[in-house]
Amino acid sequence: MLSRVANSVYWMCRYIERAENVARFISVNLNLLLDIPLEANLQWAPMIATTGDREEFENLYPDYSQENVTNFLTFNRQYANSILSCLHAARENARSVREIISIEMWEQLNRFYIELKEAEHSGFATNDPHKFFLMIKMRGHMFSGLLYSTMSHGEAWHFARMGLMIERADKVSRILDVKYYMLLPTADYVGSPYDNIQWAAVLKSASAHDMYRKRFHRITPTNVADFLIFDAEFPRSIRHCTGNAFESLHEITGSPYGAAQNSAEKYLGRLAADLNYSDIEDVMNVGMHEYLDSFQVRLNEVGKEISSTFFKVLPTAESFASQQ
Amino acid sequence: MDFANYQLESFFDELFEAQGRPRRGSKLLVEKIESLSSENLLTKQRAAETMLLQMGITFAVYSSDEGSEKIFPFDIIPRIVEGEEWNQIEAGLKQRIFALNAFLEDIYNERKIIKDRIVPEEVILSSRTYRKECQDFSPPRGIWCHVTGTDLVRDADGTFYVLEDNLRCPSGVSYVLENRQVLKRTFPQVFEASNVRPVDDYSNRLLDILEHLVPENVSNPTIGVLTPGSYNSAYFEHSFLARQMGVELLEGQDLVVYDGFVYMQTTKGLQKVDVLYRRIDDDFIDPLAFRPDSLLGVPGIMQVYKSGRLAMANAPGTGVADDKVVYAYVPKIIKYYTGEEPILPNVPTYICADSKECSFVLENLDKLVVKAANESGGYGMLVGPHASKEERDEFAALIKENPRNYMAQPTLALSRAPTITEGNIEGRHVDLRPYILYGEDIYVLPGGLTRVALRKGSLVVNSSQGGGSKDTWVVDPL
Repeated sequence: MLSRVANSVYWMCRYIERAENVARFISVNLNLLLDIPLEANLQWAPMIATTGDREEFENLYPDYSQENVTNFLTFNRQYANSILSCLHAARENARSVREIISIEMWEQLNRFYIELKEAEHSGFATNDPHKFFLMIKMRGHMFSGLLYSTMSHGEAWHFARMGLMIERADKVSRILDVKYYMLLPTADYVGSPYDNIQWAAVLKSASAHDMYRKRFHRITPTNVADFLIFDAEFPRSIRHCTGNAFESLHEITGSPYGAAQNSAEKYLGRLAADLNYSDIEDVMNVGMHEYLDSFQVRLNEVGKEISSTFFKVLPTAESFASQQ
Repeated sequence: MDFANYQLESFFDELFEAQGRPRRGSKLLVEKIESLSSENLLTKQRAAETMLLQMGITFAVYSSDEGSEKIFPFDIIPRIVEGEEWNQIEAGLKQRIFALNAFLEDIYNERKIIKDRIVPEEVILSSRTYRKECQDFSPPRGIWCHVTGTDLVRDADGTFYVLEDNLRCPSGVSYVLENRQVLKRTFPQVFEASNVRPVDDYSNRLLDILEHLVPENVSNPTIGVLTPGSYNSAYFEHSFLARQMGVELLEGQDLVVYDGFVYMQTTKGLQKVDVLYRRIDDDFIDPLAFRPDSLLGVPGIMQVYKSGRLAMANAPGTGVADDKVVYAYVPKIIKYYTGEEPILPNVPTYICADSKECSFVLENLDKLVVKAANESGGYGMLVGPHASKEERDEFAALIKENPRNYMAQPTLALSRAPTITEGNIEGRHVDLRPYILYGEDIYVLPGGLTRVALRKGSLVVNSSQGGGSKDTWVVDPL
């Protein structure tokens, strides 16, 4: 398939998944606010800290009120990772590959974008944030459902799935990392019910709460991390997502498992293998925040290799030679 | 919603033959509309607009921010053409396109029509859209204009005239197909009972004519639609047609010329391309052959095209046949190549290059419509009766400066069709663009795009200037 098309399909899915996960991010906090007696504004600053875009935020807003943080992460057009910016980018990519994706996918994405633009001025996000961000999550689910059930599972689909899985793995690692930045009222709260409430909020925002309970019953920090990083069956665990991306990559290239024909396969193969052959103890030994940080760096490298392997725009003299 | 207050005034009306008397083919529709409350009708109108927006049937607006899109305004009251009348139009279009294609083949090769003094040589050679690069070249199967959109208008007495030929990259056919989908859902019973000729076959026919161009030694051809990209105002249509035909949608940046062939860049390397339905103008298609500043095209593609290793529809060079001055000669061109009288007349045309006609034009600017030879989309045009004194003076200066570039026509009393306006139904001026495909034979899509000037009294139907569209039904008695 065309390199440009593969690139657009891949990024379309990454952006939609990214938009959905910003909503998940915000909903961690919304869940917490219901349970924790903490001054509200103190609760929203860590949210921006996890994104790493603190400076950008502080240039635009005077304080960390819920309204400002929500507006920044949801509707701000200057901020490239706001939900609206992500959807705009997803839609622009989709527009350039409309003949590749299904009409259902396009129409749903188009509607999603139009609704969000309307919501910007309707006050929906501030008046009923739970419902609003739930809607965004459900729209994201709907898109991935349409991707699975209305588009042929050929090469373009594997690029789409690979994009979606890589983005999801990255974002789950970040949601887990949110806890690292979260505040407890005082040190006494560590290990208290409030601590557990925070971990439960993390699980809920990854849509993992019920599935987690089936496996571990009680909430402990180690088990939550174990579940979200390593669970073999849960479809949002980092290991599961990385494994799916790896599968799609091999479907695209046709290389047998265990043999890497290009640098994308090499990097992603190593990352997937590390997840298969590590456990939560290895994570605790290096420290969870450090582990997640290094995972994110390695996943970034995978992204770069995918781009240079498949999407390079201009052909080189060598690529001509190999064709003739 | 009744038509009791609907005024025909002095115009030809597409649905009514007289005040309160619908034409034969329009009766069912008029009855249906009269049975609806005005609220009902507006609900249907809004539902259709929502459907178009959700389907993403939009065009990009160049000037507005964030690359935003608008739906092409759509009026749910269809324009109806009786089958018998349509048969005449169809015959006229086939005759005209056959002749124009023969003309293109002739002027780029033997130039018999010039030698026989039917068309002056300088009219051809001075046309900005004449391509000397195409001289002594004949495209596959001798076909130049594979896809044409011919603009027709109707005068006060109901006669159809050809207003202009679009033989380069005519757009709008996707609206015809999508408008039909929407309207079938808007008036399902009336549609079913009206025996409307179908338009759904267009994409298959288009694919047929592209396959017809595949070089004979190629067994598994790659066909693509070449688009300027997603910021082009007609991008929706390019992607729509590629999707309907199941072929590649390509941009210039996807293609590269190597060793005498055109290739596309894929995730598995390069793949040869055999046929392109190109929707990039001649000027931009090859920076080596035409405009060197073009970033949209493919350097070297003309060379491959002329060697016969790539076919293109439409052929580069067709623009000379829709030059607005060459237009004045089309009746003679038809006579010359077919030996027949033209079935569809031209609008009377004054050519400013002719000094006698030019002074007539300059003296009567307040009564005429003046057009620049190579502009389209309603640009470079003066509607005399609606223009101010300053605008007319400005145009007079332009004409004197470069008479070859202008022609003028009388202002026609364009026909009107009932159109939903704010809370009412009023007559609005319309034109008609049928689409013609030239392959093994010539096919005319029944109906075409009816464009409507939504502003009261306006004669300009172009989408860039406040125009909208209607579905066009060709109906046969049951």
